[in-house]
Amino acid sequence: MDWQGQKLAEQIMQVMLLVFAVVSFGAGYVLGSFQMMMLVYAGGVTLTALITIPNWPFFNRHPLKWLDPSEAEKHPKPQVAVSSKKKSSKK
Amino acid sequence: MHSFGYRLNGLLTFAVTILALMCVIASLSDNLNIPSPSAEIQIMNINWFQKQPKGSDEVILTMNISADLQSLFTWNTKQVFIFVAAEYETRKNSLNQVSLWDAIIPAKERAKFWIRSSNKYRFVDHGKNLRGKEFNLTLHWHVMPKTGKMFADKIVMSGYSLPEEYI
Repeated sequence: MDWQGQKLAEQIMQVMLLVFAVVSFGAGYVLGSFQMMMLVYAGGVTLTALITIPNWPFFNRHPLKWLDPSEAEKHPKPQVAVSSKKKSSKK
Repeated sequence: MHSFGYRLNGLLTFAVTILALMCVIASLSDNLNIPSPSAEIQIMNINWFQKQPKGSDEVILTMNISADLQSLFTWNTKQVFIFVAAEYETRKNSLNQVSLWDAIIPAKERAKFWIRSSNKYRFVDHGKNLRGKEFNLTLHWHVMPKTGKMFADKIVMSGYSLPEEYI
């Protein structure tokens, strides 16, 4: 998943769980059945999991542009500062 | 939401938290129910009224208990526990409560009933104070929820008394 996809997945997950919580509570209260509430909610959690957890293609619509290896050589990584400290201690 | 495990963990945690909130709201919704129970107890017969060998009074009696407790049940009720207690006053104790009979009602359909039974548990006094004693019979109930707060209440029925002499 790309970054946009991760954000989308999290939003979908939160919204879907809240919606299913409300729907299942309403169904259970109106029908007078605690078991109905639990079943609907469990179904909702499973459905949300199926939609938001696996790496579906629609989460990857803004893929990151990784540089080519040749392009990367033109921009060398900055040197770590440890080597300059070692030089000063040798003196 | 960086990886499969991260998203799975986030989803499950959020789902369980919301479930806890739903259970709290379900328990609060029990307060919307205003129960109107009714009950009646008749003492059919005093079978036995004697001093025990060690000295305390004991009574065995047969009761006819009828009640309609259907209005106590809500969607969030697992069962209702009821018991009948004899309550009276003596010189030594300002309140004596002796549990005579109890039952568990598992469903609304069974909450309207009548039963004829002798006392399940022994009616024994602290001493020899029961001759001619006036007492109340109280039907207590505990509404046990599937989730949340338990409600308890009672109906007091007065006007019962024991014989003046041992049988």
